[in-house]
Amino acid sequence: MRDAIDPRLEDAEGSPFPEQTDPTQRVEQNRDLAFEGGAFGLGETLIAAPSGAAMRTDVWRRFRRNKLAMLGLAVIVLLVLAALFAPLIARYDPYQLSSELRKPPSSEHWFGTDTVGRDLFARLVYGARVSLSVGISAALIATVVGVIMGALAGFYGGWIDAVIMRVTDILLAFPYIVLAIAIISVIGRGQSTVILVLGLLGWLAIARVLRSSFLQIKQMEYIEAARATGASNMRIMFRHMLPNAIQPVIVYSTLFVGAAVLSEAALSFLGIGIQEPTPAWGLMVNQGRKFLTSAPHLLIFPGAAIFLMVLAFLFVGDGLRDALDPKLK
Amino acid sequence: MTARPLPKFTDDVLLSVQHLSTEFRTDDGVVPAVDDVTFDIRRGEVFAVVGESGSGKSVTAMSILGLVPSPPGQITGGQIMWKGHDLVQASPAEMRAIRGKEIAMIFQDPMSALNPVHTIGEQIGEVTRIHEGLRKGAARTRAIDVLSMVGIPQPERRVDDYPHEFSGGMRQRAMIAMAIACEPDLLIADEPTTALDVTVQAQVLDVLLEIKDRINSAIMLITHDLGVVAGTADRVMVMYAGTSVEFGTVDELFYHSRHPYTLGLLASLPRLDDDSRTRLVPIPGQPPSLLRRPPGCPFHPRCAYAQTPSPCATDAPVMRLVDHLDHRSSCHFAEQLVARPEHSR
Amino acid sequence: MGAFIVRRVLVTIPVIFCAISLLFLLFFLVPGDPVDTLAGGGGQRAVSESVRHNIEEKYGLNKPIPVQFVGYWQRTVTGDLGISYKNNQSVNDIVGRTMVASFRLAFWAICIEVLIGISAGIVSAVKRYSFVDGLTTVSTAAISALPVFVLGYLLQLAFGVYGGQHDWPQWARLPVQGIGPDSWAFGVIPTGDQWRYLVLPAITLASVSTALVARLTRTTMLEVVRSDYMRTARAKGLLERQVVLRHGLRNAMIPVITFIGIDFATLMGSAIVTETVFNWPGMGSRLAEAIGAQDIPVVLGITLVIVVLYVSANLLVDLSYGWFDPRIRTGIKEGR
Repeated sequence: MRDAIDPRLEDAEGSPFPEQTDPTQRVEQNRDLAFEGGAFGLGETLIAAPSGAAMRTDVWRRFRRNKLAMLGLAVIVLLVLAALFAPLIARYDPYQLSSELRKPPSSEHWFGTDTVGRDLFARLVYGARVSLSVGISAALIATVVGVIMGALAGFYGGWIDAVIMRVTDILLAFPYIVLAIAIISVIGRGQSTVILVLGLLGWLAIARVLRSSFLQIKQMEYIEAARATGASNMRIMFRHMLPNAIQPVIVYSTLFVGAAVLSEAALSFLGIGIQEPTPAWGLMVNQGRKFLTSAPHLLIFPGAAIFLMVLAFLFVGDGLRDALDPKLK
Repeated sequence: MTARPLPKFTDDVLLSVQHLSTEFRTDDGVVPAVDDVTFDIRRGEVFAVVGESGSGKSVTAMSILGLVPSPPGQITGGQIMWKGHDLVQASPAEMRAIRGKEIAMIFQDPMSALNPVHTIGEQIGEVTRIHEGLRKGAARTRAIDVLSMVGIPQPERRVDDYPHEFSGGMRQRAMIAMAIACEPDLLIADEPTTALDVTVQAQVLDVLLEIKDRINSAIMLITHDLGVVAGTADRVMVMYAGTSVEFGTVDELFYHSRHPYTLGLLASLPRLDDDSRTRLVPIPGQPPSLLRRPPGCPFHPRCAYAQTPSPCATDAPVMRLVDHLDHRSSCHFAEQLVARPEHSR
Repeated sequence: MGAFIVRRVLVTIPVIFCAISLLFLLFFLVPGDPVDTLAGGGGQRAVSESVRHNIEEKYGLNKPIPVQFVGYWQRTVTGDLGISYKNNQSVNDIVGRTMVASFRLAFWAICIEVLIGISAGIVSAVKRYSFVDGLTTVSTAAISALPVFVLGYLLQLAFGVYGGQHDWPQWARLPVQGIGPDSWAFGVIPTGDQWRYLVLPAITLASVSTALVARLTRTTMLEVVRSDYMRTARAKGLLERQVVLRHGLRNAMIPVITFIGIDFATLMGSAIVTETVFNWPGMGSRLAEAIGAQDIPVVLGITLVIVVLYVSANLLVDLSYGWFDPRIRTGIKEGR
């Protein structure tokens, strides 16, 4: 090898490649990385292609540096803890009626009492359970259904794709509230209905996003390579393609938790979501609205609770997106 | 292979870059993208800047045009003398008057460098409209002229096409047409042929050289392709990790290189005329991250000639004259690197 | 281009058909007997046989569902949306009346959205990391996280209640319920005191969309600002303002226009919450009312209009792409 490098270093000692342990491997890397055209992208030239594990720590490192995202994460952790340990935090039973109607906040009732004399703080803490379970379950349903549908449509194309895309077209043509109302009026009202409805509406966007990434990835050479080695369709779809297409889905799902919490609140507010006496935040605003002047705390505390939770998921989702794709910050 | 004829360039120095340094402040730290680079470009010559991606050659070009994105980029030192004025100190208005008019740039990827929503003619005409105050009609006529100059067939029809209606080679010709519309003194061509097929590459380079002579300008040719350099350039600067490592005429660098990095590049270059069946030798290792540039000579971890103990790992080498004329190298052992006679062309 | 439009329209027809049929079937699976609703009394007391018979005759409810389904479409295609179960009003009248009110509200919401959303997004992207950028980022996040009904009530609390209690100037004390005098010039320009009734619901309805538009504009603009052709434009010696307006805006607007076009239809249909909060007599509040009353003809009629609006907005947006993006125009010309 050395012969080909023509000049002679007159007093050279030792191997020309002193630190090299496995020359062939280095040579391969060098071919790939050295001359790939001078793209004027600093990011690309500074960050060498990382391994899977390195990338995960990298994502976490970038995420951690995002103050808003970390704040959002802290709020979510707090809300989850509050939901889990609600009985320990609340001093009152959220269902216990009393004669102290619409009392303003006091040392006795930190956030005051509601229209039928229940402790508002206790209802808010228990309400976190409702909101979180609706938001997270709906996002799970939406993600699972969306990933399966999007993967099938993008991978197989043809009539499968056509059918799935037409279904999303039709469902997207409804304002979501109208569709939610239609479904709810068929299968009745309640928490599980709300989860089902929001999950069944949420998958549409995920399926479309995943489908378009799959259409792109399908053209990639490494998919052809995988096929050439005899990998099954399932294996190609879920082992080779999904990991390369899942990032926007993760971001969307996180943001969707917040969106689902908002939608649940809107449905409950309209009276077609979660029903009394379950402590749902949207429902609490609805009950307080008749007493806007005399008891604004009935609006402000549950409103702030919804706001806080949705904002937290929004910040985390945004932070995730920035961390996963540093170019698009 | 015979030596090339003597370079045609004059002593009329157009652009003189002195100790230019450009940094990027990123979240991960300060990136010295260009570090103490000095060179000059004379009227009539083709000056090539060679290096791997990330070596700082594009940032050098963007610094000359004052287009380093800021933040995070910033010119932190040095001078860029253009016709007696320091462009580093120039006001935004002065820079705008120079861009496109006196110094024009040809970008690498003509598909993304042309705006998809405007016609080719509008985009070429825009340059003459802002710099020469041409009206719409006159600008279109000029656009047709320059399009025919770069060899676009039926320019009076194609002038109203959109970029996506052009082929890759045609788009690059249109980019060149846009750059020469005001007959600039200096054309900066950043990898002008990288995105093109090999056969089209040669045509585009021919067009570029011909135009240069016709409008009596100079070309700063940024490339990673030594083959392109050998065929077109008069003088060459080799860059590595933000620094310039060797500087000289094409002949000096190709036949009498005094830097191990240049030698490594040459050794990894396939040659059609070489029947000695010598294996291509890639340079081992990878270019360093500019965030963690090795101390001393930035090339020493990959250098076949680096010695221990030696200054290579500790002392940053300084560009210095290594032989007659203007051949400079930044290798501590430049004088000891002697080319083997049988390998010279 | 003509063939493209025809093809595009032909694709939308089955979408509308399937959407409405789906809704029709869903509502006819509803537990509960419409006859009870029609006879009044909320199903509390038994309906006599003769009353039941008369009602079923009148609304055709005694026929099997497939026959009703065909009948429904026959009427719908001829432009007859049926008669409300609640009172003998024609659904056409109800839809016509409420649609105008919804349109006015949505129109002004879109104006706010375009004006504030796009300009905030552009400034935010061009002056990245500036104060304005930070403000836009934080406020858009906050607005997207605030439930519309909470925002509506907060505005009512401020301008309706608090303003009255604290001697705010007369112009800043606003009515919080209803459409007021309902006086308009040129269909959408409020005259006299009308603007006082319009401004709070319009802001409330526009809030979420404005935040989304600002975020979307910022993102696409940031992408565009970074693109190679913007660098080319700078290398030509253009002013930064010219670079942004001539080369950036049109490229950045493509996704934003898509969003706004479709959002107009969505705003008319999804104004349910806003219209309920402010008692605005539009399609949304009427729909909510009809759902509560199980008034299926009204529900179907309003939903049909919303779906048609939404699908046509999609269609128009698709067609308008050609103007913004010549790449698509050529595709259409070549008979894609």
